[in-house]
Amino acid sequence: MIAELGHFLLILALATALYQFIVPQLGAARNDQSLMQSAIPAALSQCLLIAASFACLTWTYLVSDFSVVNVAANSHSQKPLLYKFTGVWGNHEGSMLLWVLILSLFGASVALFGLNLPLRLKARVLAIQSLIGASFLLFILAVSNPFLRLNPPPIEGNGLNPVLQDPALAIHPPFLYAGYVGLSIAFSFACAALIEGKIDAAWARWVRPWTLAAWMFLTGGIALGSWWAYYELGWGGFWFWDPVENASLMPWLAATALLHSATVVEKRNALKVWTVLLAIISFSLSLIGTFLVRSGVLTSVHAFAVDPARGIFILVILCTLIGGALLLYAWRAPTLAPGGLFAPISREAALVVNNLLLGCAAASVFIGTLYPLVLEVLTGDKISVGAPYYNLTFVPLMLPLLLLLPMGPLLSWKRAELWPALQRLWAAALTALAIAVLAAALARPGPWLAPFGIALGIWLIVGSLIELVERGRFAQLPLSVAWGRASGLPRSLFGMVAAHAGLGVMIIGIVAVTAWRQEIITAMKPGEVADIARYRISFTGDMPRSGPNYTAESGRFRISRGDADLGVLVSERRRFRPGDQTTTEAGIRHMLLGDLYVVMGDTAAGGGRVVRIYFNPLVSWIWLGAAIMVLGGLLSLSDRRFRIGVPRKQRLGLASAAE
Amino acid sequence: MSLTRKQKRLGLILSGLAVLGVAFGLVLYALSDSIVFFFTPAEAMARHMSEGTRFRLGGLVAEGSLKLEGTKVEFLVTDTEKSIPVTYEGQLPDLFREGQGVVAEGKLDAKGMFIADTVLAKHDENYMPKDVADALKKKGVWKEGESRGGSP
Repeated sequence: MIAELGHFLLILALATALYQFIVPQLGAARNDQSLMQSAIPAALSQCLLIAASFACLTWTYLVSDFSVVNVAANSHSQKPLLYKFTGVWGNHEGSMLLWVLILSLFGASVALFGLNLPLRLKARVLAIQSLIGASFLLFILAVSNPFLRLNPPPIEGNGLNPVLQDPALAIHPPFLYAGYVGLSIAFSFACAALIEGKIDAAWARWVRPWTLAAWMFLTGGIALGSWWAYYELGWGGFWFWDPVENASLMPWLAATALLHSATVVEKRNALKVWTVLLAIISFSLSLIGTFLVRSGVLTSVHAFAVDPARGIFILVILCTLIGGALLLYAWRAPTLAPGGLFAPISREAALVVNNLLLGCAAASVFIGTLYPLVLEVLTGDKISVGAPYYNLTFVPLMLPLLLLLPMGPLLSWKRAELWPALQRLWAAALTALAIAVLAAALARPGPWLAPFGIALGIWLIVGSLIELVERGRFAQLPLSVAWGRASGLPRSLFGMVAAHAGLGVMIIGIVAVTAWRQEIITAMKPGEVADIARYRISFTGDMPRSGPNYTAESGRFRISRGDADLGVLVSERRRFRPGDQTTTEAGIRHMLLGDLYVVMGDTAAGGGRVVRIYFNPLVSWIWLGAAIMVLGGLLSLSDRRFRIGVPRKQRLGLASAAE
Repeated sequence: MSLTRKQKRLGLILSGLAVLGVAFGLVLYALSDSIVFFFTPAEAMARHMSEGTRFRLGGLVAEGSLKLEGTKVEFLVTDTEKSIPVTYEGQLPDLFREGQGVVAEGKLDAKGMFIADTVLAKHDENYMPKDVADALKKKGVWKEGESRGGSP
């Protein structure tokens, strides 16, 4: 009954979405206030209908209703409650429903919170948002219905893939989807503005917070996914250049570029045509990501079961939305009024360089991800494009970006001098060099480039902070006075500083763990010890243990450094009852200077256990950096110019340089 | 320094093209240099893969072929037509089983032994290199497994 209700609610949502696509557009064309106004209740009810439908699916999971195909295939009555709940989106059908739910949530929030939007623009934005929604609702109802029944129902379900039964992975998809789908707002705004034929600073001010929110979710989602891969897959790696990871990285790069170019539109009314294109591209990359992951064209770590019908359906949606938007762009973009001028050395130019490099980086990832597919179709050869490709393309494109990054915020708008900006960065350059020398002297031998990588991270952190220090005049004034000055600065400035410094922290983590990781693979019997990076690890033995839906062999390792006892790490091999699948739980001790990572393997040939031990220096800085970046996004989002919204005159000197 | 709008735009476009050109060059170079081919044992033998060339070997782990030697493992990868012995030092992934699909990355040594430095058995226990699946389907030994999700 509940499943049928959910199905019915989805059909109603589709009807609402179609209404919301057609009627407000009609209203905008005829200048009919009430028709345009009707987009708002339509968006809200569409969201409520989908939410109710999602609740129905969740209910069938919670009560383990195995007469529903989706539940039978992906759940199990003995599964812990949390994973029954998160199992809703641990499969193709449910994850698509979540996708649409988040899409409608974003639509509803524009309807609710976009109070200062001109009605006509708002109606058009909601209409386009609803076109996306309607396409995917149609997809769900036609080829991916999560509410299909099964007769006769099985007594027990198949269970959720045990590697997915994990808290970080439970929240990873909602975050990532919120990021992917959040970019739909930028897309809808871009299309609406193209139809309206008007893009100005106000438009950028309305788009930017939505892009920022999407960017934050995307950053958080990618970081969570990589953290999960790090501790759950048992390889101790954090990024594998897997096609599905790339599918989330491409929209991230595009969204990052969009955030920066939208600033130029907002502050200087320039780069408008490019920004609109970027908004379309960002969401298109999200859609392509969805297509790549959901259609099964990639045999990936993440891809769900292959179903050609679904792939073709998504491909059609993809071509319609992206093709339509690009056609609209080709037709309408030339009519947009040209924007403000700027000199080759200026904040605008710096942001153009940022966009250029981010765009090329995204393109290199795009080619690396799709080339194997194209080649297989053309020649039948199967290849894999892995880390070596990206080290040769993505990394060299990011390096100049990171090097130039601290200079951008120090340049003034319109026209700037390079030399004064560089002079202000001497402290950052000096610190970075000193740390590079220190790193080269202290660290164990590694690639000669590694100390420079560390220096780059420091350059980013200190270079970003310089702006705050100077604006607060921490060097000249007493600390309390300077602090007072600094706290009066706009929050978006703090946001920018945090995001850039967070990137620096992340770079340091990535460089350190890539260059100086240590690894031991050895057979250990109980009582034996292994030494790694000043730590001693002694195997105290393994014993059986049983969890809620699995049995485990639980190996214990005592770690110590010198005379200091640092406690016990537990690494388990878990065997899950449904499906008889095994997972390995690594034992990890997170420390600021590096992680100890112990994985207990099979019984070794000569007795004992195969044990792999890693020391991953500074690896947690990667996720720490990501967290700081997200925090930066939050700070920027809470800036008063987004809350107040209406363009207004700002006090000179404060807001003008705030990102 | 009074450039016209047109000149400025031209400068912008030219510098953009320059960066694009460099990026494109990097991509081409990387694609010619750092990609890894994927072969089943029969294909690898048919192509006479030379010693030391890096490639990915995909197939099934032959039943009863897994041998442990200290921390080293040895097994046969087969596509039911040909098979190649593989050695690997380290821990095999959780989903590694005899009779299941596997992808190993590494190179052949002088004796025709495949020295793997990475072994992948994908999350999805139904995962199988498409070639192998096709080959097995042809031979009629393919069992349509229940389709179960991987991770999102």
